[in-house]
Amino acid sequence: MSSETMSIFSPRLAARFDALVAKYPVKRSALVPMLLYAQDEIGYLSDAVIAEVAERIGITELDVRNVATYYSMLRFKPAGKYNIQVCTNISCMLRGGYDILDRFQKELGVGHKGITSDGVFSLEEVECIGACCWAPAIQVNYDFHDELKPELVPGILEGYRAKAGFPGDGSTSLGRKAEGKAPHA
Amino acid sequence: MADVTFTVDGKKLTAPAGTLLIDACRKAGIEIPAFCYYPGLSLQAACRMCVVRQEKVPKLQTACTTQVAEGQVFITESPEIAEARKGTIELLLGNHPLDCPVCDAGGECELQDMTFKYGAGESLYAEAKQHREEQQWSPAVFYDRPRCILCYRCTRMCGEGMDVWALGVQSRGVRSVITPNGGDRLDCEQCGMCIDVCPVGALTSGSYRYKTRPWEMKHVSTVCTHCADGCRVTLGVRQIDGDAVIIRSDNRDKGGINGDFLCAKGRFGFDFVESRERLSTPMVRNAAGKLEPATWAQALAAAASKLKEIRETRGGASIGVIGSNRTTNEENYLLQKFARTVLHTNNIDHARSTDYAAFARALAGHKDKTASLRDIAAAPAILLVGGNPTEEHPLLAWILRTNVRLNKARLYIANSQSIKLERQAKAVQGLPPNGYKDLTSILDRNDSDFAKAVMAEESLVVIFGSDFRGQGVEDLVAWGLKRGPNPDSVRFAIVGDHSNSRGAADMGLFPDLLPGYVPVTEPGAFAEYPGLPAAPGKTLPEMFAAAGKGDLGALLVVGANPVGKQGMDAAALKNTFVVVQDLFLTETAALADAVFPAASLYEKAGTVTSTYGDLQLVKKAADRAGVKPDFEILVRLAEEMGADVKALVPFGKGGVSADLGQSRGAQAGEADRHAVWLAAQGLEPRLSPLDPLAVLDEIERLVPGYTLDRINLLSGNDVRTELGAAQGRSASSSDGAGLIVPAHDSLFTSATLGRYSFALKDLERHQTQAVTESAAD
Repeated sequence: MSSETMSIFSPRLAARFDALVAKYPVKRSALVPMLLYAQDEIGYLSDAVIAEVAERIGITELDVRNVATYYSMLRFKPAGKYNIQVCTNISCMLRGGYDILDRFQKELGVGHKGITSDGVFSLEEVECIGACCWAPAIQVNYDFHDELKPELVPGILEGYRAKAGFPGDGSTSLGRKAEGKAPHA
Repeated sequence: MADVTFTVDGKKLTAPAGTLLIDACRKAGIEIPAFCYYPGLSLQAACRMCVVRQEKVPKLQTACTTQVAEGQVFITESPEIAEARKGTIELLLGNHPLDCPVCDAGGECELQDMTFKYGAGESLYAEAKQHREEQQWSPAVFYDRPRCILCYRCTRMCGEGMDVWALGVQSRGVRSVITPNGGDRLDCEQCGMCIDVCPVGALTSGSYRYKTRPWEMKHVSTVCTHCADGCRVTLGVRQIDGDAVIIRSDNRDKGGINGDFLCAKGRFGFDFVESRERLSTPMVRNAAGKLEPATWAQALAAAASKLKEIRETRGGASIGVIGSNRTTNEENYLLQKFARTVLHTNNIDHARSTDYAAFARALAGHKDKTASLRDIAAAPAILLVGGNPTEEHPLLAWILRTNVRLNKARLYIANSQSIKLERQAKAVQGLPPNGYKDLTSILDRNDSDFAKAVMAEESLVVIFGSDFRGQGVEDLVAWGLKRGPNPDSVRFAIVGDHSNSRGAADMGLFPDLLPGYVPVTEPGAFAEYPGLPAAPGKTLPEMFAAAGKGDLGALLVVGANPVGKQGMDAAALKNTFVVVQDLFLTETAALADAVFPAASLYEKAGTVTSTYGDLQLVKKAADRAGVKPDFEILVRLAEEMGADVKALVPFGKGGVSADLGQSRGAQAGEADRHAVWLAAQGLEPRLSPLDPLAVLDEIERLVPGYTLDRINLLSGNDVRTELGAAQGRSASSSDGAGLIVPAHDSLFTSATLGRYSFALKDLERHQTQAVTESAAD
């Protein structure tokens, strides 16, 4: 497909995909990274995303869905602008991960997999995010916040809510990385 | 590969190195249980049921992925292995509903059998089962999610076997489910193979679900009546209100040429048998010109006296006979014998869907040059010219795909359109429509990659269909026969359309050819036929032309619809006495003066010949009040006309004869079954004039090419026949190329039968919807 005219992705991502499918001996090896990048840009794996990825790789949409549904971090519904993932795996649990989760639920008024009515935040309870040394930890999009206490939660939310007010703030991870910000809060 | 010797349960076994242990064991009669393993499909190693203990290996090994090597020692049953398998079943049963009493698969469920064998009757799992609602994916396929044990047989059969890839597995762990390509609906060829391979009751058939229990049916293995490929089907039959009714059609016995395969028509298209529009009583046109029900005696008397009168006053040449593409060989043979020796006419023809006569002519004098389906299944290289087997000959398409996939056969396709089998082809040659005549010169020029590859093949099977007729067939065959002295250098298969099109041609439903393509003009041919007319008769259109001019006094039509299907002029028959034997009141039957309700292929015994020349036994499965097999109708008609029935059907030896045999009730077909047994024992007497095997004896004796392997045939296998003229005669025939009208039936149409099948119409509607929906996207 001509990524210039037909693609639902930004020209930059479309170009990246063009390179990606040519990179592996078997085209479909590019599937999982493509789905991740597509989710970062579009926010979730819409039917249109799945159709275009399938066409770019030359497999059926069913094949794409077979793979995509396997991974819990791939979404088929939109998340909030800031997707808050609270780890309650063992290290975080021992150091109060559930208190953090409870506090987020209280502050946001939504539960696991919930999304706030203004669409700014969504909340997820997740397994280990690899930050055991600084437990309890959360991940907001691609940003980490660690060694948390429940009373720090409102401040974190405030920070993001303030950012959400500004248009073009690079809230997605790609934008974030491009701005060169440190991953830790 | 070289043979290796290894030990299984203390027994020394030998198999080629690299054979899968599970296959080697099954061949040696050692059963190893497996859910995910399926012969001919890729390995999944997902179910852990086939675990065995291999000496010197610390963990239990899966027999489905272990390749045998010299000196290995295995144990396949031990307390340790039983414990492992029991554990696997316990886990599978964790979420599996125990709704066996209402499950379609109950009684023929592999999970049930394994649980019975390994005794995982108790569960340690106390949590509530994860229940999800059943889904309907298409009119044919239902999916009960919690019953699924995720063996992946259906996804592999659909993808690798059918090359449709309509099923996938989504989510993971206990949430995994099989998902169709349309999200909640299935957009595919609706073959139902997924239902057949499902080891449990997760995939169930729309036409069978909740109808009965498997053990309450009688299972009859016979031949499908829909296309010319000759798939074996297993019909599940139950007694309902005195009739034997077909409840299910599937591929339970898997012993036919079709192996695992059966298409939508074979699996779901049997419901025409029970159509409300089936004729169930004879009808005669009354003085007021209306068809009204009559008894068999009245109708037979009316038809016979009129046929006799016309024969005696106007001569046999003023009577025409049109035969069927879906009646048995015995019926076709009997029909032409009846026409030629009782009616004294050579005016006999049938609706020709491909040019078998030209094929026989082209191969005259060349033995062993036709390809049976088994030859095609084993051929190293195949040249497929024209046609679209995926749509019109699903079994041929399956055989070609399987041969390419498992044996690395090389498939070459020359076609004027793009067909799905190109995905399996090694090379493709596009041709302009009507450009098939140029194919041989393209190949001879040998300057394209396609031509070079084909010409380099040492052994080639050439498959072609109705795109080749008359001279075209002869040119193609002549080209092939030049390919060299190697006996396997070339074989041919010609593809026709209906379940016994080949049989109709082989049995001489031609105005100019006797059975076995022997010209009627050949001196001394079929000398034992009393009063055989020497001159060729009229073709089907010529009969109608004669009728239009008032020169055709009577027309006997058996299982054909020339007015509705061949576009013949109904008005031409105004002054002709028409007798029709058929299942339905077709356009032709509606014009008849006498109509006899005929039995379908599923309601009678006999043999049919597939388009590849494979002859198979047809067994009586269903039984329906009021109808009779065409065979019996013809015999009774002949008897009523005062003909010598013994000369027509050579039954009874040395004066032995029985009664006419019962056609219904508990003893139905008794004479036939008895004869089958007698023949298998090498004994002879055919006791009844209604016994088709009596005619099969005569066919074998008189028809060139029909030398049959009887024991194989009677034990239910397909046996090879040859084209008659290939036995050294020089066949000749008027050029019938202009008479060929291909049916072009699709996956869900089947000529007249398809018009009366709700199931097939339903599937066609479902698939048309799927196409329009995706086109609108």
